Amino acid sequence: MREQPILRILTKQMFPFILVFGFYVIAHGELSPGGGFQGGVTLAAAFILYAMVFGRDEMHRIFPRRVSDTLMASGVLVYAGTGTYCLIAGYRFLDYTAITPSNPGGAESWGMTLVEYGVGITVSSVMLTIYSEITEPADEPGPRPL
Amino acid sequence: MIASYRLIDLILITLVIVTGVAAVRVRNLFVATMLMSIYSLLMAMVWMNLDSMDVSFTEAAVGAGISTVLLIGTLAQTGTAEKVPARVSWTAVAIVGLTTAALLYGTLDMPRFGDPKAPVHVHPVSVGYIEQNVEKTPDAGRNFTPTPPLPPHQGDGHHRNDYFHGHVPNYVTAVIVSYRGYDTMYETTVILIAGMSMVLLLRRRRKESP
Amino acid sequence: MSLVLGLYNYWIAIGLMMLGLYAVIGRTNLVKRVIGLGIFQTGIFLLYISMGKVEGGTAHVYYEHWKGVYSNSIPTALILTGIVVAVATMAVALALVVCIKREYGTIEADEIEAADEE
Repeated sequence: MREQPILRILTKQMFPFILVFGFYVIAHGELSPGGGFQGGVTLAAAFILYAMVFGRDEMHRIFPRRVSDTLMASGVLVYAGTGTYCLIAGYRFLDYTAITPSNPGGAESWGMTLVEYGVGITVSSVMLTIYSEITEPADEPGPRPL
Repeated sequence: MIASYRLIDLILITLVIVTGVAAVRVRNLFVATMLMSIYSLLMAMVWMNLDSMDVSFTEAAVGAGISTVLLIGTLAQTGTAEKVPARVSWTAVAIVGLTTAALLYGTLDMPRFGDPKAPVHVHPVSVGYIEQNVEKTPDAGRNFTPTPPLPPHQGDGHHRNDYFHGHVPNYVTAVIVSYRGYDTMYETTVILIAGMSMVLLLRRRRKESP
Repeated sequence: MSLVLGLYNYWIAIGLMMLGLYAVIGRTNLVKRVIGLGIFQTGIFLLYISMGKVEGGTAHVYYEHWKGVYSNSIPTALILTGIVVAVATMAVALALVVCIKREYGTIEADEIEAADEE
């Protein structure tokens, strides 16, 4: 599809706006409808659009498989790490008042934002991995090596 | 006279079930995928009419976006023709008929749609879920001032909007990230496991050039 | 008449669930079964979220100039987890369908059973 000029130009123009909208939805998760899952899927949609128009190899050139594999797990690490830090600081697991104990309301807001970013990173990487694995061309028949 | 949200609701869910029946009966799988995309879009509108914005956003992004793309990607590898069944499977029809009769009998004493006195709004557990949203501020820079003691709850679906000093305005995020944060952590782990299983099932090792 | 109007949402939800169930157990094509699974899951969500709507209510985001009632946000919070798990399930199911196609060469369940018995 990269020969069509309208698709090519429009995809390259829209790509940063979709990314910014995805981060906006994740960051405003507690003030408006949205949150980690919705923003993460929007972030993945930008990369999926790029992969559809320019090809899978081009998308893997700008977002390698190793990076997306690492990001998949690091989102869960951020979430569980926040909880473990609250546990180590003396409070309960995922009790966000451990982040700034003098200001419990603000600490709740910090904790929720961090956690939403963790969820958003994991969801976007996983959706992109799911798309990229299921559209892999099948070139040799029979059982395949890993 | 019928309320406007009920009228929109009736029209939309009738369209939903017509699209669902068409998606199951159609023989060409590509047409079924497109009908599933339309189905997800109609369901997103139904959720918006029933006042759940987070679910509508998620359904539009995930159902009409990711699910359609996955089905098309699968159809590119498997082909789009479905075999004509030799005869109607009567065991399936019998099981479905019995289960439908049992479930329809069970809905006869459910609270009516839109009833403010329904148990889901009045029960103390759900009241406790909503009341835990006090004392969380979205503005992290301000100082924390304690709220005055709350009066006894009326329990008819009203939210007391003159006692909150600051709280997270989106109730759904306040429940799933803070009060039920442990469940959301394991849900994220479920998504990670789905991604890992896609890699394990389908990824091929590229032949390394020597 | 008020019975039908009051319970119509739940009956349509049950109709969708049974449609999905018929597609899962009555059809032999694997992709059609996955589509039926998706319809089944959406029917369950409709059953839950219809219970949360309050007459005259508005969405679950607090707005200080609204002096009326809000709709119940707890079914929404439960179903949000459900939708994401549903798409994860559908993704893994489709990956298994692609693997079966690569192994057996067909995605009709009776042909796969016949090939297994040889």
